[in-house]
Amino acid sequence: MSKVRVLVGTRKGAFVLTSDAKRKSWEVSGPHFTGWEIYHLKGSPADPNRIYASQTSGWFGQVIQVSHDGGKSWEAPGGGIKMIPGGMPQGESNRFVYDTSPETGKPLTTHQWYDGTQHPWEFKRVWHLEPSPGDPETVYAGVEDAAIFRSTDGAKTWQELSGLRGHGTGPKWQPGAGGMCLHTIVIDPKNPKRMYIAISAAGAFRTDDGGATWKPINHGLRSEYIPDPKAEIGHCVHRIAMHPSRPDTLFMQKHWDVMRSDNAGDLWREVSGNLPTDFGFVIDVHAHEPETIYVVPIKSDSEHFPLEGKLRVYRSRTGGNEWEALTKGLPQENCYVNVLRDAMSVDTCDPCGVYFGTTGGQVYASADAGDNWAPIVRDLPAVLSVEAQVLP
Amino acid sequence: MIRVAIPAHLRTLARVEGEVQLEVEGTVTIQSVLDALEARYPVLRGTIRDHVTKERRAFLRYFACQEDLSLEPPDTPLPEAVVSGKEPFLVIGAIAGG
Repeated sequence: MSKVRVLVGTRKGAFVLTSDAKRKSWEVSGPHFTGWEIYHLKGSPADPNRIYASQTSGWFGQVIQVSHDGGKSWEAPGGGIKMIPGGMPQGESNRFVYDTSPETGKPLTTHQWYDGTQHPWEFKRVWHLEPSPGDPETVYAGVEDAAIFRSTDGAKTWQELSGLRGHGTGPKWQPGAGGMCLHTIVIDPKNPKRMYIAISAAGAFRTDDGGATWKPINHGLRSEYIPDPKAEIGHCVHRIAMHPSRPDTLFMQKHWDVMRSDNAGDLWREVSGNLPTDFGFVIDVHAHEPETIYVVPIKSDSEHFPLEGKLRVYRSRTGGNEWEALTKGLPQENCYVNVLRDAMSVDTCDPCGVYFGTTGGQVYASADAGDNWAPIVRDLPAVLSVEAQVLP
Repeated sequence: MIRVAIPAHLRTLARVEGEVQLEVEGTVTIQSVLDALEARYPVLRGTIRDHVTKERRAFLRYFACQEDLSLEPPDTPLPEAVVSGKEPFLVIGAIAGG
């Protein structure tokens, strides 16, 4: 029988939750990397034993950890003890250096700061790690200040795909309240040269040549909080999701508005429909029904907790516009947690499993596509990310 | 032998317990001690100093013999008590909640 593994990144460490395919009884392993912020960890689709983790700290900066045994043990690639000084460089796995080369990096100097002045790019942390669908050694990192890096040697070394910052609008990008982060990386499973990324607050971008060049894909977005609501860039995109069978159809949770595109992001249309609020962070797609999508509406701008203290997942079986509240097993009073942008995931079991984590430390699971929910754990540190994967 | 004390999180990361003891060739300075530390424990690169600029991370300070050396030039020779191993070179993290 297959197993399901849920990787949970929190403010104070990582946790690995495992169950059989019934998803009724769970084992909890952790905390790993105790005391560190684990923004994201994710297993390779090509080799589920390979897990990449972003371990970060305001004191000590960025560390990338890798497991080769499904999370039982971890190492910082190339970072082990070195008995003899000198020799080949090691410990490069933590090194994220922006491209400043004369050929490709020279114009990439500043972005817009909160006050409108220009500000130099400064690496802060890795928000999201996206392993390649086909190669366990290749992994992409979305970082703050916004840029995308790639490693092709199992996270030992990283190189920026500087065409993203270099396409011309970089000086207009600006940070959202959470920083100027590249938080979403979606790889087209049918065409690995096509990828989508999203930045708060610049918007969504697409590459069709494996990351060499990028173009903004924000036509159709409307953001009243920027001077030109229909600007080419400046939109605070919170999350993008795709069903692997329909890679040209994208779903987006924006700062406000739930959107969809059916032409690879060339044009977006709003599908917020009857949601009680169209603000939120997460969005995901059912593993077997490409038109079934999930969001968690959140009250904003400043509250960032569920409306009326009721934690409700909303599901649309029509690709948006018509939404139903899913509440069975979720707290329906006095609930004031948030669900952050990387904290929802689905598994590929049948029925589809849906998972999300909260800033209150709960990880909720539904083994029936959202009809019924139960907490796997209730009292973790604030959850930053959730990733589900079915293991053979 | 130079004694270096690093914060608990970095000891965990480097998989060491207690103080680290290092051989440092030539003049013993802030920079040469940290170079030797990072050469022996490559995982610590970037956690105390920036990878490229080698600037000290903002929430860390350097101390020795009860003196704050954080703002001293990197090539400042360390006190004889550190060179002789009588006193450790301290890397200390800011105390903060959260």
